[in-house]
Amino acid sequence: MSLSAHVVVRRGPLTVDVELGVADGEVLAVLGPNGAGKSTLLRVLAGLLAPDGGRVAVDGTTWDDVAARVHLPAHRRPLGMVFQDSLLFPHLSVLDNVAFGPRTRGASRTAARTAAAAWIERVGLDGLGDRRPGQLSGGQAQRAALARALVGDPALLLLDEPLSALDARTRLAVRAELRRHLADYAGSTVLVTHDPVDAMALADRVVVVEDGRVVQAGTPSDVARHPRTDYVARLVGLSLLPGTADALSVRLDGGGVVAVAEPAQGPVLVAVRPESVALYPARPEGSPRNAWLLTVAGATPHGATVRCELDGEVPLLADVTATAFAELGLAPGSAVWAVVKASEVTVYAR
Amino acid sequence: MRSGRIAAGLAAVTLAVTGCADAGATASGDDGGPGGTLTVFAAASLTDVFTDLGQRLEEEHDGLTVQFNFAGSSALATQLTQGAPADVFAAANDAQMAVVTDAGLADGDPTVFTGNVLQIAVPAGNPAGVTGLADFAREELALAVCAPEVPCGTAAEDVFAAAGVTPRPDTQEEDVRAALTKVELGEVDAALVYATDVTAAGDAVEGIAVPEAEDAVNDYPLCTLAAAPNPGAARAFVDLVLSDEGQQALEDAGFRTP
Amino acid sequence: MRRARTPAPLLVPAALAVVFLVLPLVALLVRTPWSQLGTLLVAPGVGQALRLSLVSATLATAVSVVLGVPLAWVLARSRARGRAVLRALVTVPLVLPPVVGGVALFLVLGRQGIVGRWLDEAFGLTIPFTTAAVVIAETFVAMPFLVISVEGALRAADVRYEDAAATLGADRWTTFRRVTLPLVAPGVAAGAVLCWARALGEFGATITFAGNFPGTTQTMPLAVYLALQRDPQAAIVLSLVLLVVSVATLLLLRDRWLGRGAAA
Repeated sequence: MSLSAHVVVRRGPLTVDVELGVADGEVLAVLGPNGAGKSTLLRVLAGLLAPDGGRVAVDGTTWDDVAARVHLPAHRRPLGMVFQDSLLFPHLSVLDNVAFGPRTRGASRTAARTAAAAWIERVGLDGLGDRRPGQLSGGQAQRAALARALVGDPALLLLDEPLSALDARTRLAVRAELRRHLADYAGSTVLVTHDPVDAMALADRVVVVEDGRVVQAGTPSDVARHPRTDYVARLVGLSLLPGTADALSVRLDGGGVVAVAEPAQGPVLVAVRPESVALYPARPEGSPRNAWLLTVAGATPHGATVRCELDGEVPLLADVTATAFAELGLAPGSAVWAVVKASEVTVYAR
Repeated sequence: MRSGRIAAGLAAVTLAVTGCADAGATASGDDGGPGGTLTVFAAASLTDVFTDLGQRLEEEHDGLTVQFNFAGSSALATQLTQGAPADVFAAANDAQMAVVTDAGLADGDPTVFTGNVLQIAVPAGNPAGVTGLADFAREELALAVCAPEVPCGTAAEDVFAAAGVTPRPDTQEEDVRAALTKVELGEVDAALVYATDVTAAGDAVEGIAVPEAEDAVNDYPLCTLAAAPNPGAARAFVDLVLSDEGQQALEDAGFRTP
Repeated sequence: MRRARTPAPLLVPAALAVVFLVLPLVALLVRTPWSQLGTLLVAPGVGQALRLSLVSATLATAVSVVLGVPLAWVLARSRARGRAVLRALVTVPLVLPPVVGGVALFLVLGRQGIVGRWLDEAFGLTIPFTTAAVVIAETFVAMPFLVISVEGALRAADVRYEDAAATLGADRWTTFRRVTLPLVAPGVAAGAVLCWARALGEFGATITFAGNFPGTTQTMPLAVYLALQRDPQAAIVLSLVLLVVSVATLLLLRDRWLGRGAAA
């Protein structure tokens, strides 16, 4: 375990009490609603906020230990952080922004600039090093912020809602790029987000935080299949299926074909929300384009609905009401027709 | 109020004597004497004496309010030439009075009602051991004189010239009060100011008479103004200043009666 | 982008404000004795007073920046208790009549003052009636303008930039130098200009604490005031000189310094 943390922070009525472990090269997504304490947690990991209790250790070095009165200030922690709105220093060029970390950490001016230039190229901003942050688009700024966070090869990478300030189209592109860089990055990553798509697409493991507590932890698909609370169910039900797009149809890596409404090309992720999946005992009339005969692999009730885990050529999650579940006579092992409108399917480049 | 009635009677006589009885038509008090508001523009050095005399006049005349504007003579002269409404102007030198008379603002010729003479002011105890005008040539002392632009500075220049002393002041103050403040604070060892200011400063300041200054007494002229809104009261005030009572008050304050 | 027209409820008072502020200036120009201008300008003392004014106002501004920016930071950022009281105290010179300020400076730095007495005894150093006293008096009166302006800029600045700098390895001092200060630079510039202008026009505290002596402590405002005692025409010319020089300086600075900020 490269990052191991137990963070306790009291902020007014909310007490954050979270334990985390992130291995080298692993991406952990902290998912939760606004005000759940996610950002507080991240600020503690960054050293910007001293915890009221617990311990933070990275690569065997103690960064925080309240009992032992250890607190390493932020500027002495070898970490990189990407903020929601990039926070590139407006008075410095992009190059100087990226070179800022190496400079403060003792690199010579030339060495810092060389390293910065390499990263600027790596995030696809070649030729924009002389620009001021104000002259960059939102996506470019966030790429520069990523370069700035990663240039020193930090032990820990903290991403605080890195995509949520971007418009939908840019978000797709930056997300795909972030995914590539995270794959190359050797240290531990903690990603805070309220968007389950980010968590599903970028994280190896997910912890869901509500009211300052971890309510569920596991791989993204585990959490999606077996939501423990209503909130988790609503939040993370998304089925994400890798495939290759050719205009309006996507051939899944697992074999099935999904019709989509937005044309796309090349490697993609297909996303389907569980409430978009309708279940029928027989193939419905009108021959919808997305209808598959699947097998019920499991069912988890939450509130008035039951989340069904469906296996087959297009593995899906489906939410049905408890009444419908009973009327359909569903049980693990039973076969059922699953139908999804092409317009309810979202495609992401990967 | 018996004294009030007597005072009113006196005022009536005064008015009759000065031939300004018609003033009662424009602004008269309950007793038929001067009433309304009297506005006096006077040099700052007259503050204490004139405030006192103004109160006496108010006591004599029910319904009369005396309002003062004390400031540097030149500031007052500027205000008057710019049309400030006033009944009486008392200046600390002839030059500033001339500004007003040249502008045709005075009612008749001004009267010199008192004078002021320069004195050396030193902090209580005279720590630097100043004895006379000659000490103003000592480099090591902190010394203040008035700026040559203001009347007390002009007078000082004359006195130094007459005494054959070349002063080495550290500061040329904008007015007497400012010079005196620095003496009071002990920040200068001596300042050349007016005798009246030394008297007014009380115990914090000691005065050293300057024989060479006796030839350079500074005349204080006063006049009523042609456009006076309250000429009756103006005349009454001027008469009070020129009366034995007024002159005694001025003398008590350190002024030289002419 | 097309700007909306200024609404009438704003336009009318704004126009009145302009008239109110500009008319006295116009009156000054109208009453300037242009024929005597040349003679009065070359009069001895005018250049001296002007030079002294510019030098002392600039020094006072420099001192104010060096001391005032850190103070503004403390007021805006530190969580120390009694900060509200500190702020109130710092702004005292703004409400204090400058003459009183001058007397107060005497009580501290004068020959009999609590610090001045010691300076005198220990080093034979007396401050009143020196050019240093002019700079001190001007600093005392003008520094609050800078402090308040910079504190406002610091409060308006996004502290998350400072968080970002910390995560990039910058300690508090490096963060202040390389991030905070550049971010609030326009505020510092505006504060310095205000401070300089206030110092240039300073009269009351200067004439009280530094006295008035041509060449040493007689700045332009003092020269104007004294000229007014004897020769109002000359006072108008001197005022005009002070006005022209200060406006020219501010315009020059604006182009060089604020202009760049405005373009970014």
